[in-house]
Amino acid sequence: MTSEEIITAIKDIIATIAPDEELVGLDTAVPLRDQIELDSMDFLDIVMELRKRYGVQVPEAEYGELNTLDGCARYLAPKLEGKELKLVNA
Amino acid sequence: MSSPPTFDTIIIGAGMSGLAAGIRLAQFDQRVLILEKHYLWGGLNSFFKRAGRRFDVGLHALTNWVPKGTRGTPLSKLLRQLRLGYDDLKLGQQSFSEVRFPGVKLAFSNDFELLRSEIARAFPDQVEGFESLVRRIDAYDAFRPSDTSLSARSQLSQSISDPQLVDMLLCPLLFYGSAREDDVDWYQGVILFKSILQEGFARPAGGIKPLLDLLVARYRDLGGELRMRSGVKEIVHEDGRCLGVRLEDGQELAAQKVLSSAGWAESMRLAGDDMYARHVRPEELGTLSFVESIHVLDREPADLGFGATIQFFNDAPEFRYRRPAGLVDTQSGVLCCPNNYASEEPLREGIIRTTSLANPVAWRELVGDAYEAAKEEVQTSILARAQEHLGFHPRDYSVFSDCFTPRTVERFTGRIDGAVYGASTKRFDGKTPLQNLHLIGTDQGLLGVTGAMLSGVSMANRYCLKPSLR
Repeated sequence: MTSEEIITAIKDIIATIAPDEELVGLDTAVPLRDQIELDSMDFLDIVMELRKRYGVQVPEAEYGELNTLDGCARYLAPKLEGKELKLVNA
Repeated sequence: MSSPPTFDTIIIGAGMSGLAAGIRLAQFDQRVLILEKHYLWGGLNSFFKRAGRRFDVGLHALTNWVPKGTRGTPLSKLLRQLRLGYDDLKLGQQSFSEVRFPGVKLAFSNDFELLRSEIARAFPDQVEGFESLVRRIDAYDAFRPSDTSLSARSQLSQSISDPQLVDMLLCPLLFYGSAREDDVDWYQGVILFKSILQEGFARPAGGIKPLLDLLVARYRDLGGELRMRSGVKEIVHEDGRCLGVRLEDGQELAAQKVLSSAGWAESMRLAGDDMYARHVRPEELGTLSFVESIHVLDREPADLGFGATIQFFNDAPEFRYRRPAGLVDTQSGVLCCPNNYASEEPLREGIIRTTSLANPVAWRELVGDAYEAAKEEVQTSILARAQEHLGFHPRDYSVFSDCFTPRTVERFTGRIDGAVYGASTKRFDGKTPLQNLHLIGTDQGLLGVTGAMLSGVSMANRYCLKPSLR
């Protein structure tokens, strides 16, 4: 997956767990929590969805890597290499 | 128990906490089994049928009401975690509710400003103290309590100098969620204050059953398994590890984790006499239970002049929230009129519910006809008192009535002494002496429909989802 695809994948996961949040115009460099309402329970869901959809494991100590969309793209790039984007809310 | 675990998680009890936990786990592809000994789901918040009518066992109100779109509150977090839409609940708001003490009453609603203005009217010299209390409550993170041993009564008294106002604020909080006599733990008091007085009351259209049906359908759609009439006889364990459960019919089921909504003492009892004797202190057992009566009327209570949704009353010089010496304490209680919630599907008949503190030991000692006679007698005295607050006597308009006691609660839910609010000490971390057995629901510390569901969600997240990431 490319960086853009990873960001699309994360946004699609957020659209599933937080359907009432506006995801258009998110700044990829700014922490997600500062732009939309996401608490620690929601972050657990992002991690669980990554595991469910892509078989990716994120240890709890590394949740911080997912703070921004750019961070997600960077951190997940090696884990999602060769995997195909799956959109649930297309 | 030699077979490899068939289930990732077994959940004891298909009440609010068990169903919510089940949904969370099934959502992430766990193999989950919910075991329920009764033939109906819902646990302490179930429903039953009598004479062609369906009644809610315990529902007076769904607390934590917030307007659609409100973020970051318990109800919105819960909906998000269960992936339910706000509109799925079909919530109708209360008209208003009241706390009535001798010579003074306070109304409140889903608009907190009403309570503020009522305090200014009835307790003008307490306005500053009340506002300081509200600021302390707003600033307190009750879901990460720093000290779980503080008393709500003493914390309220630090801000409010009039003991009657302290009692009047405590009254609804205690009746709707305290397992402790005359008090509640401060962190729980904060949760109750927010959920009852600052947020407010609503009722799902049709009562508890449509909400339960929604949860069960969601759970099953996600692949969760639910077995009814499957009582757990024993929690099987070895060397401090829980291996699974043995059912009343002898079947053994192995699981990696067990979540129990049976209650703290009840779960230890299931783990064996030795575990019970070693870990359950007698003073932890819940002492409080209730008698609930339901009266179906031939007209709407509002047409008889009763416009409140919930009324908490106390007629005694001193407010007591204790196990009474006799069968019930009629001097205080709760009156609930479900007709006085706004609803797209109005109730077909008028309903008045009454709740009174009861003594389970006194009820247990009655046998046969004496039990039935006591129910009748107690209802008569409860209604005589309720009449003064309702402005009419329910029996003058009654087409049907039913009443249940601590004994009924114990029979259907397995709660020792029918203690609906559970043990007097809560286990907020859900831990038990067995490393992979965890408590959910009432004895973990969150009460009410919203609280119980949040309890199931948070314990499932903490103990069943997070470890699977490693």
